[in-house]
This record gives sequence, C-alpha cells and structure tokens, in this order.
Amino acid sequence: MNTTLIQIIADTTNIPVEASFLQIKIAAYVFASILFILSLSGLSSQETAKKGVIYGIIGMIVAIAATLFDPSIQGFTYIIIAMVIASAIGIIVARKVEMTSMPELIAMLHSFVGLAAVLVGFSTFIDPKSLSLVGAERSIHLVEIYIGIFIGAITFTGSVIAWGKLTEKITSKPFAFKGKDILNVVLILASIVLAVLFMRESGTDGMIYLYIMTAIAAFFGIIMVMAIGGADMPVVISMLNSLSGWTAAASGFMLGNDVLIVIGALVGSSGAILSIIMCKAMNRSFFSVISGGFGQEIKTGKKIEGKVKSINAEEAAEMLNEAQSVVIIPGYGMAVAKAQYTVYELVENLRKKGKTVKFAIHPVAGRLPGHMNVLLAEANVPYDIVLEMDEVNPELHETDVAIVIGANDTVNPGALEDPSSPIYGMPVVEAWKCKNVIVMKRSMAVGYAGVENPLFYKENTDMLYGDAKDTLQKVMSSI
Amino acid sequence: MKVGIPKELQQNEFRVAATPKTVIRLIKKQGFEVLVEAGCGLRAKFSDEDFKAAGAEVVASASELYSKSDIILKVQPATEGEVDLMKKGTVLFSYLFPAQNQQLLKKLADVGVNAIAMDAIPRISRAQKMDVLSSMANIAGYRAVIEAANYFGRFLNGQITAAGKVDPAKVLVIGTGVAGLAAIGTAKSLGAIVRAFDTRKETAEQIQSMGAQFVTVDIDEDGATASGYSKTMSQAFIDAEMALFTKQAEEVDIIITTAQIPGREAPKLLLEEQVKAMKPGSVIVDLAASTGGNCIYTKKDEIITTDNGVIVVGKVDTLPSQASFLYGNNMCHLLDDMGQANGFKIDMTDDVVKRAMVTYDGKINWPPEPLAVSPQKPAEIAKSTPAKEASSKAEKTRKLIISNIITLSIIGVLLFLLGKVAPSGFMGHVTAFVLAVFVGWNVIWNVTHALHTPLMSVTNAISGIIIIGGLLQIQSDISDPVSLARTILAFIAVLIASINIVGGFVVTYRMLNMFKK
Repeated sequence: MNTTLIQIIADTTNIPVEASFLQIKIAAYVFASILFILSLSGLSSQETAKKGVIYGIIGMIVAIAATLFDPSIQGFTYIIIAMVIASAIGIIVARKVEMTSMPELIAMLHSFVGLAAVLVGFSTFIDPKSLSLVGAERSIHLVEIYIGIFIGAITFTGSVIAWGKLTEKITSKPFAFKGKDILNVVLILASIVLAVLFMRESGTDGMIYLYIMTAIAAFFGIIMVMAIGGADMPVVISMLNSLSGWTAAASGFMLGNDVLIVIGALVGSSGAILSIIMCKAMNRSFFSVISGGFGQEIKTGKKIEGKVKSINAEEAAEMLNEAQSVVIIPGYGMAVAKAQYTVYELVENLRKKGKTVKFAIHPVAGRLPGHMNVLLAEANVPYDIVLEMDEVNPELHETDVAIVIGANDTVNPGALEDPSSPIYGMPVVEAWKCKNVIVMKRSMAVGYAGVENPLFYKENTDMLYGDAKDTLQKVMSSI
Repeated sequence: MKVGIPKELQQNEFRVAATPKTVIRLIKKQGFEVLVEAGCGLRAKFSDEDFKAAGAEVVASASELYSKSDIILKVQPATEGEVDLMKKGTVLFSYLFPAQNQQLLKKLADVGVNAIAMDAIPRISRAQKMDVLSSMANIAGYRAVIEAANYFGRFLNGQITAAGKVDPAKVLVIGTGVAGLAAIGTAKSLGAIVRAFDTRKETAEQIQSMGAQFVTVDIDEDGATASGYSKTMSQAFIDAEMALFTKQAEEVDIIITTAQIPGREAPKLLLEEQVKAMKPGSVIVDLAASTGGNCIYTKKDEIITTDNGVIVVGKVDTLPSQASFLYGNNMCHLLDDMGQANGFKIDMTDDVVKRAMVTYDGKINWPPEPLAVSPQKPAEIAKSTPAKEASSKAEKTRKLIISNIITLSIIGVLLFLLGKVAPSGFMGHVTAFVLAVFVGWNVIWNVTHALHTPLMSVTNAISGIIIIGGLLQIQSDISDPVSLARTILAFIAVLIASINIVGGFVVTYRMLNMFKK
C-alpha cells in the first residue's frame, strides 16, 4: 500500500519525497485507525465510553500531526488561523448546546462534513497535480471527485434541511408532491449522463458539468429530506450520519488517503446500523421512510370501543402514592416541554418513599437515536434505571402505574392487536399491561403516524391533560 | 340534575349507594346536586356530617328525597312502598333481579320510573367499570378467604420458626369467575398453596397468571358459553369432576366454592362423600349460599360444623364500607357514560343502557336479546408435523446457501473486473475500505442503545478527519488565481472540519459526563 496518491504525485511531479517519511506517515495512519476503532468500541458501555472518547481524540491528533508533517503541506498560517477560530467556535457551541437541541447540533455537524467534502472536491479538481494524471488513473480520479462531490452535496443540503426541520425553521410535516419518485430517477439519470460528459473533457473544462451536478445533488438532498418529517427524524439523522461517513470515504479515495477511507467506512457503517435499528423499531423498511412518510392522510384502523377518562393532578398523585412500582415512558413530548428535570425530581421523590421507578425507552423515542437517554442523563437520572423497551416489557404486568409522558405511537396497542392499523407490527412499549396508566398529553390529537391510540380508551388508562412540566409540578406538590 | 341517595330499608343490607368520596365525584366532576337521606350511610360507617362535608344536602325523610330527586341511586330493589314515592320520569339505579321480580317491573313501568337494573349491565369489556356484579364478587372472593382463615385453626402460610416448621395451608377454589380469582389472589398473598378448578378451559391461563395451579379432569369438554357463565356439564364429566373433588378434599384444608348458574339453583359440588373425606378442622366457604349452596351442608347465613369436624361457612360479610365505595363508583361510571349532569340522556341505542334499562317510558324492556361476552377462545393453531417442519427447514437452509453463493459470486466477479482496470494503488484503498466497513459493522452492533446519541456525536467528530483533504490543498503562495481559489476553498473546509472535530469531541465528552449510575 505504499503507492498512495502522494507518492504518485511525488513521482509525477518530481518532488523528492523521502520514502522513509511516507512509511512513517502510513504507520501513523494505521495507529490512528486502530485508535478510532477502539474509540467506537468503547461506546459499548457507559463505563468505557469516556475512555473511547479519549482514544478518539488521540487518534485525531496523531492523524492530523502525521498529515502536517507531510512535506507537501504549506500555508501553515492559514491552517493555524482556521483551526484556532474553529476550536473556539466548537468549544463554545459544544458547551452551550442544550441536550434537547442535540439533534439540531448533530444535523449541523453532518452538514459541515458534506460541505467540506464538496469544497475539497472542487479544490482537488483544480489542483494542477491531479490535472497531470493520464489514462485510467485520471478516469478513476475524476470518478472519485465526481462521487465525492455528489455525496457531499446531498449530505450538505439534506442536513441543512434536517436542521431546519428540527429547529422548526421549516415545517416538520412531510412535504411530498406527485411525481417525486419519477423526478428522483430523472435526477439520478441526469447525474450519470453528466458524469460521462464530465469524464470526456480534458483539463478543467469539465467544471461546468461539475457545477450542474452539484446543483442537482443539492436539490436531491433537499427534496429527499423535505419528504420526511416528525417521528421519522431519527432515521433521517442516522441516514445523514451514514452519508457523512461515505462522503469522507469518497474523499479518501479521491485523495488516496487510507485514514480517511477507514474512518469514512466506520462512520458510514455506524450510521447504516443506526438506520437499520430505527427502521426495525418502527417496523418500516428503509425505503418507505425515505420515500416520504406517514401523516399524509389520517388512517383510522379499527374503530375503538370505550371512553376516554381524565383525571387531575391530585388524583394522579394519589395513584402514585398508592403504587409500589412505577414505569415512566417518555417520548418527544418530554423533550419539547423540557420536562426532564421535573421528571427527575418526581422520580427522586418516589424513590425516597421506597417505590421502584424505572424508565422504558422506545428505540425511536425522540428525534435522535438515544435522545431520551441523553436527556435523562442530563437531568441526573441514574442510567441503570433507564431501560430499553425489551427489558421492560416482560415486567409491565407486575407494575402498578405507568406514566406516559409525551409519547403516543410508541405505546399504541394497535401495533400489536389490530392488523388493520398502519403501524401494525411495530414493537411498542406495552404500557397497557400495567395496572394503571396515566397518559400526560396536551390534547387528544393523534400522534405522528396519524393513528388513533386505543391505549387512551383502555379501562385502566387515565388522561392527564396539560403541559408536561406544569402538570408534573402539580402532581409533585400533592405527593 | 339532582341525585338522591335513600336509606336502605332491608334489615341485612349494610351498604349504601354512595360514599362521601363518590359524592364528591358526582358533584365536582359530573356537576350533579346530591341529596342524601339522613342516616343512609350509618351502617356502612359514613355519617351525615361526612356527606355534608362532601357537599351533599341531607334531607330528613324518604318522601322528601324521592320528591326532589331526578335520579335515585340505590342498592336493594325498591319496595312497592318506595316506588309509590317516586315521581314519573325518575331514573332509578339499583339491583332489580328482573328475572325474579316481574311484579316490581310492572309497578315501576306503571309509575313511569325508568329503572336501570345494575345486575343487568351486560358483561362486555366497555361496561366493566359499571359492573357491580364483578365489583361485589371481588369483595366476596376476598372476604371468603378471610372468613376461611378466621375459622381455620392454623396459619395459611408456611413458616420455618425456631419452634418448628409449619406447612402452608392448601386451598382449593372451585369456580374461577371474578370471585374465584379474587379468592385465589387473596389466598396466595396470605401464603397458601392454591389450586383452582373451573369447567371453562379458557380460565386455566387466568388461574395460572394469579399463581394458582389449575386442576382439571381428563375429559375434553368445555363449559364455556357465550354468556360468560358455564353451562351444565355432561354426566360423564360430572362423575369425573366429583372423583377429582374427593381426591382434592382429602388433601386440601380449605375449599372455597363460587359456582353459580344464573337464574337456577347452584350446582351441588361437595356431597357427603367429599365432605367426609376432609380432615377435621378444614373449612368450606360457600359463596353460592344465597342460591342454595354448592355444598349439601351449607345453610344460608349460618356457620355449621359437620360431624367429622368440617366447618361450613354460609355467611360472608359484605364489607359494607368497601362495597359501598365500589358500588358507588360503578354508579359514577355509569352516570359518566350517560352524559353526566349537563348532557344526561337515556340513549336506548347504547348497548349498555339498552340492556340494563328494564323499564323505560312506561314499558317493560326485559329480557333483552342475548349478547356474546365470553373471552375469545384461542384460534386453532395449524399443527404442522415435525417431519414437515424439518423438511421446510432444510429447504430454507438450502435456499439460503444458494443465495449466499450467488451473492458472493457476484461480488467476486465485480471485484475481479475492478481489479482488472484499476491502477495498483486503488486496489489497496479498496482493501482498506472493505475491511473497515466490516470492522465498523461488527463494532457498532455492540454499542448500547443508551449511547446512540454520543455515538453519533463522536462519529461527527471523527468524520471531521476530512480536514486532511483541506490541509493538503492550502497553498502558501496565493498569487495565481488557481492557488487562491484552492486556498479559499480549503481554508473553509479546514475551518468547518475543525469545528466538527472540536465540537464533536467536546459535546460527546460533556454528554458522557452526565451518565451516572
């Protein structure tokens, strides 16, 4: 593997590159790659996670340092200026960001990777060194640039739209139009045709095709994410995470840089796995999510029998006073109401009274994989009482009270009981098995999937209307 | 709308149709005005002051109460004298036993009272919250165990003490409707070993879920009917059942019977033979005493001891205070369903109201059409033979192998073609790429769900490695336009990639610091 692009460049441009340095640089990259893999595997448990981050930081320092020692690197002043400004921004943003807005931050960081890949792609294209390539090497290099920019542009605009949706600067409702699928096919075909035209040009004459393709890819990213909304956001974010990885890998090919390729591949498969987990948790195929989601029509499923009962905060408090075991099922509504601190106070109160309290987290609760866990961790909830859906479901029939806070589709019994329901087959937290269920909700509106929730009509369910935070405070004052 | 609660006239009726708690609910949540007859709650231990404090108006006489109220909540069927006091159009909620009380129904219809028989509420899931039979049966089942424990001369639970080991008592529950299941739960929580029998096979699961053992006979006959009660069984079944009871009677210490068939005398399940088989000091609590008893020795409202020292309890306390509360709550639910005070409406198209409303608009509305309520029987599962299963499994494995071979060959061919045209350096990168994908794939599956957000932010940080691309492009000499363009592009790339790296790592670290045990 000693024929990296740098050496090819060295050979073709006759700049003497010491062979020994190249070997050291490759060794450093291998070391960095190992550290990155260790970093990701550190995240397998809370105990080792911090160590993982340290590994990641060391890996990054090693990789950047090895690159900076490359004799072809110049313009250190600019590099230092850029890095100092960026570090300041990065630290400020990372310290200030609220955990409820983590999805936005993540989406924004994804867009940066995409944008950087596009910029690097263009810059590489006009690099005189790559113009000097000929034959198959040139063809492959052009394809690499083309693909790198293509994926980068999709990642960039897709992430920007996702960010807009999460910050509610853009409506979070899915936006789809007739003929969207056909348009997508046309755009992809056009990109392929442009690629062929681009490859036939010599020098930088193909620039115009590169511009058009970038515009197409950018547009493609926009309409793709526009079509998805609300509770499908975890899938979108995971997919963009994956795309940002593949972008980095494509840039790695373009630059002949193995560490970029390795990290790109790691991140790409990480995002892909998260997408798979999210899709499974919603019992939907990846393509059905991508091609635009629920919510375009209200589907009724089976007619629901029964009546909705509501209670007030005092009655809820009384129910909790009598309970021995309590399960709290949070959803995106908790994040919106920023109620996690109040939830924690309530939990502490109940635990002091000797009651067992657990949290049940559905994999797609929130707008980001693992979002609820971070919110609860922020509010000091110990992570060993925050359990996954599959861990909690078998114990629910022995639980006295379930409190559903701002969750809807993830506790819908129709998913298991009603084959006509659009979400039939999706695994859900089986809250209705508890002896009593308190559902905290603003109103009787349907959830993201537009499906009525039979849970609200169950005999053992009581609705507690109002803003989650205020209501919880009222409940707490009566406990 | 005024709701009236009269005093119960019957000598041995200790319950009342509302308690201060349910009165609060009627007034605050449903918007009714509530009148109570003075002294109505005394026997259930609720004083007039309690009712007053809950917001009810206490009226001195029954006649005043009936003349002022639009809705009457009662426990026992109204007597003819009481009906005479009611206005035309009064809505009466009480037990009525319409099948046995044709005379009373006629009287109610003549006076123009719209009477809802609480015992005729259909036993469908929607109406469970109004089902007084269930809530009263629940109390009876609980109390049956308490009565049994009271007359039983030993512990119910097993203990190992310094003075010696005590075996747990064995309890047999016959008939596992609501009362039977409540009895199982209570006996179980007192520490007894509980067995239960029912002719309806579908109850086995409920019995086991309560922690009792389901005992049954070897004859395949299901007693379940659409009404939810069990039917009369065949002679062969009854013989086998009796043999089972005799055998159980020898072993158990307490038998609680709850078998009743609506409108008929209770089946005799414990005959001389079974009672003789029991040990002295054993207890039988017969919850069917009011309809003749399941045991031949049972005497209604009496506790007797047989010649061989078995105590047969035919009298079970009704826990008036508890019962009044649940009964009153059932009524509240029904009133809730009928529209509360503001929207109160007798909706004769409603399944529940239509069946329970035994007199309406001067006419007798009984008996109603039958309604199926029994829990659904599990659908027959198609049984596939083991051989068939094995062959389909082999078939599946074979298909899997074939598809694997095809996929791998396609990948192989593609790689071969790629290798044929690609320059030498390129294949090295492909190797790194493919291996990294596999490593990533295996590593990431181990990441715990709880850390998915930190995983995303750490991948954000490390995908900032794209900074390398920018670093390689920045020029120090920016005099010519190409170098200037490259430097500008690369400068921005380095800037934002660095934000990713620094921001990503810092925010991940911050998040992980929050995860505390």
